[in-house]
Amino acid sequence: MSRIFWCLFFTVWPIVALIVCAISPQMNWAFPENLEAATPLGRRIDDLFYLIMWIVTIAFIGTMIAMSYVLFKASSNEDEKGWFSHGSHNLEVIWTIVPSGVLLFIALYQMDVWALYRVRDYDLQQGGKSRTQNVVAEVTARQFEWRIRYPGPDRTFKNQQDIKDWLSKPHEGDLYTVNHLHVPLNRETVIYLKSADVQHAFFVPDLRVKQDALPGQIIDVWFTVNRAGDFALTCAELCGWGHYKMRGRVTAIDDFEGYLRKLKVEQEYDGVTAPAAEVAGASNPRGTAR
Amino acid sequence: MSTLNPATDTVASHDDHDHGHHELSFVQKYVFSTDHKMIGAQFLITTLLMLLLGGALALGVRWQLAWPWTSMPIAGSWFAGEGGQISPEFYTMLFTMHATVMIFLVIIPILAGAFGNFLIPLMIGADDMAFPKLNMLSYWFMWPAIFFFGLSFYFGGAAAGWTSYPLLSALPEAAPGSGPAQTMWVLGVTFVGVSSMMGSVNYLTTIINMRAPGMTLFRMPLTIWSMFITAILQAFALPVLTAAGFMMLFDRTGLSIHTCFFVPSGIVVNNADPTVGGGQPLLWQHLFWFYSHPAVYIMLLPAMGMVSDMLSTMCRKPIFGYKPMAYSMAAIAGLGFIVWGHHMFTSGMNPALGMTFMTSTMMIALPSAIKTFNWIGTIWGGKVRFNTVTLNCIAFVSLFVVGGLSGLFMAAVPVDIYIHDTYFIVAHFHYVIFGATLFGVFGAIFFWFPKMFGRMMNERVGKIHFFLTYIGMNGTFFPMHMLGVAGMPRRYADPYIHPYLEHLLPMNQFMTVSAMIMGFAQLLMIGNWIYSIFYGPRIGRNPWNANGVEWTAPSPPPHGNFDILPVVYRGPYEYSSPLVDGRDYLPQTEYLPPADPPAEETPEEAAVEGEAPEETSDE
Repeated sequence: MSRIFWCLFFTVWPIVALIVCAISPQMNWAFPENLEAATPLGRRIDDLFYLIMWIVTIAFIGTMIAMSYVLFKASSNEDEKGWFSHGSHNLEVIWTIVPSGVLLFIALYQMDVWALYRVRDYDLQQGGKSRTQNVVAEVTARQFEWRIRYPGPDRTFKNQQDIKDWLSKPHEGDLYTVNHLHVPLNRETVIYLKSADVQHAFFVPDLRVKQDALPGQIIDVWFTVNRAGDFALTCAELCGWGHYKMRGRVTAIDDFEGYLRKLKVEQEYDGVTAPAAEVAGASNPRGTAR
Repeated sequence: MSTLNPATDTVASHDDHDHGHHELSFVQKYVFSTDHKMIGAQFLITTLLMLLLGGALALGVRWQLAWPWTSMPIAGSWFAGEGGQISPEFYTMLFTMHATVMIFLVIIPILAGAFGNFLIPLMIGADDMAFPKLNMLSYWFMWPAIFFFGLSFYFGGAAAGWTSYPLLSALPEAAPGSGPAQTMWVLGVTFVGVSSMMGSVNYLTTIINMRAPGMTLFRMPLTIWSMFITAILQAFALPVLTAAGFMMLFDRTGLSIHTCFFVPSGIVVNNADPTVGGGQPLLWQHLFWFYSHPAVYIMLLPAMGMVSDMLSTMCRKPIFGYKPMAYSMAAIAGLGFIVWGHHMFTSGMNPALGMTFMTSTMMIALPSAIKTFNWIGTIWGGKVRFNTVTLNCIAFVSLFVVGGLSGLFMAAVPVDIYIHDTYFIVAHFHYVIFGATLFGVFGAIFFWFPKMFGRMMNERVGKIHFFLTYIGMNGTFFPMHMLGVAGMPRRYADPYIHPYLEHLLPMNQFMTVSAMIMGFAQLLMIGNWIYSIFYGPRIGRNPWNANGVEWTAPSPPPHGNFDILPVVYRGPYEYSSPLVDGRDYLPQTEYLPPADPPAEETPEEAAVEGEAPEETSDE
């Protein structure tokens, strides 16, 4: 009796686990807001996730069925003795070669996505535009906020050296915000990640973007957002007691240049002359140094 | 029961190789003992106590996640703070110390320290460890570690995570817990390392040199193989952690040495003076994970070995594929040294390394898969006895499958970009360390308890404990996969301030209730353990009808272990052997005279052997 109970016990829980997995999307337990990623690369990450999910599910079901089967069988074994077998060479060969094939496939299959995500040269080969035109911001993480510096709307970078110079120190005409990063829609964004104090990680779940900000290093991150809207920006690397409240926002907007101009006007507003809104539409001469 | 072993019982009165053991004083016998069994028991008691402490810390973490910023019942009055509330800095301390206690003071010492010590000499037929005094020292070096971790609590508790990434851990200004508490933490880890290293050297020497006559390497039980491989891992990986620990100590200002291994220049933390440096925080991650990834296998391999032995015994069947099992453990250990980078995919290291580490990480899943299939193969066709040991072993296998498979998501670098440092990884390693290792340990406690204390543990309480722990464990950790996919980062004192995580609160409450059930179930186990030491039914040498050498010693074994020196004739897994009639086990030490008419025996044997592959290929 108790045998049956325990056999069922070990059979039932994988079923429960599978059911919980299956209803996850309905219960909103899957990707944030049940939406697919807002970046093309993010969608490829999702695809990989589901591919692995299928492989894993098949492996899980297979293993659990095998396990339940042998358990039921072995617990109701009426023979005097168990089966005297030290194993099977053929089976060992099969279950070495098959999983290694699957694993190797997974490993090789996704190198492409990783390369596009992190390896700049590869991304450029694959048609990524020259990075110099797409620099959007420098994001500096510190306890416990995100400081964002945009190059002024009329700053252009000709080459990597220009970018390096810009990153090395604050420049005239730079625009600053805190905890709210705007990025252009449907265009590649390159941000440069820095840390002012300890280690942080720039994590935007909706974009499937995560990169640690290392003290003493500048790390470039690139992504193309093609869904307008606000995305939560969080810190994913323990950075002290306030780690949980490094809450920021990433907003993808069509008229990114317009936003920068507006920001510029706001920032240069001296509080006396004309209201910022009126100047916003006006032609934008090079701002006075502050 | 004890009469079932002809090899030893016929000469049970044989007493002439008592090496003149004189009566030991209480201190020599129970405190500064050099007897491996007593040291094992000391380790076991210490680690079980620490298990309760670590579990209590975990419940604190869970409380905050389920009912953030509310006063904690009972324990709330113990710690300072507004009405027993958990403050954010207290929360960071809680999870840091939970992991520290569980990893350094529970899992590693309970496997290598308690079971390694107790089992290695008994299972290879030696009278003690090669270096008994070193063995004693390895236990007593745990105590400075516990002392320093305690001091760390006194100073408010280290709060940089168990991984202690600089600069959070290197600069005292970076966090409330990064002051003296962090220094004490580093010292504690160093002492644990010294303790493990002494154990490791001892195990290696003992296993290599002190095996009983006839105990060839491939007649060793898989437990011994796993301990052997674990000791190798420790011997080669630990120095790196120790070195890293010293580098961090020197970096920390408390010692006034002010090296800058991990501290880059010009960093301003909390308005302190800018750092002067030129160091690289990534270096710590490399050094730390170079130890701590093999450490993951240090925390798993011995449980794998013990489960193999227990499953084979309880299924009354030889282990399926003994050599593949041993080789795959060796493969795990070897590959374990070249996969550390998979903890660092998003860290900013060279992305090309990400690809190599991804491939090696995928490959390390292979030996784990082989082992799983072999365990299932071991049950296949056996005669399973459903006792507490078996249940815990089957739980080990089925939960290890979950933990192993969820590892595939993280091994895949692009997917890891998303789930790194989310609850998905918390789910993954709890399935491996709690689901697999701890269930293996529970099984092992039940299985070898009779040998340790000469008494049995209560079976009914054991089953209730198993039932509650299993349910509670899955209820606590399975939903973590969902939290992770929903994007909930780890180590958040209050995730719900982020709108996209708000809806996960009920799920977290469910998990906390499960965790409480699981936590309280452990009291059953501890209670059962203590009760049975004094009042459990007495038992003979071989209560499970097992084959291992340790079962030929009296229970509990006296000083010197064996009343007759064991001689080993075969491997440890000859259950249900057709060579003996009327019983389904054939101890390693039992001498079988060569069969009189070999012609009669051989065809039968051949038939049995010949059938096996045929049947398997059908399945």
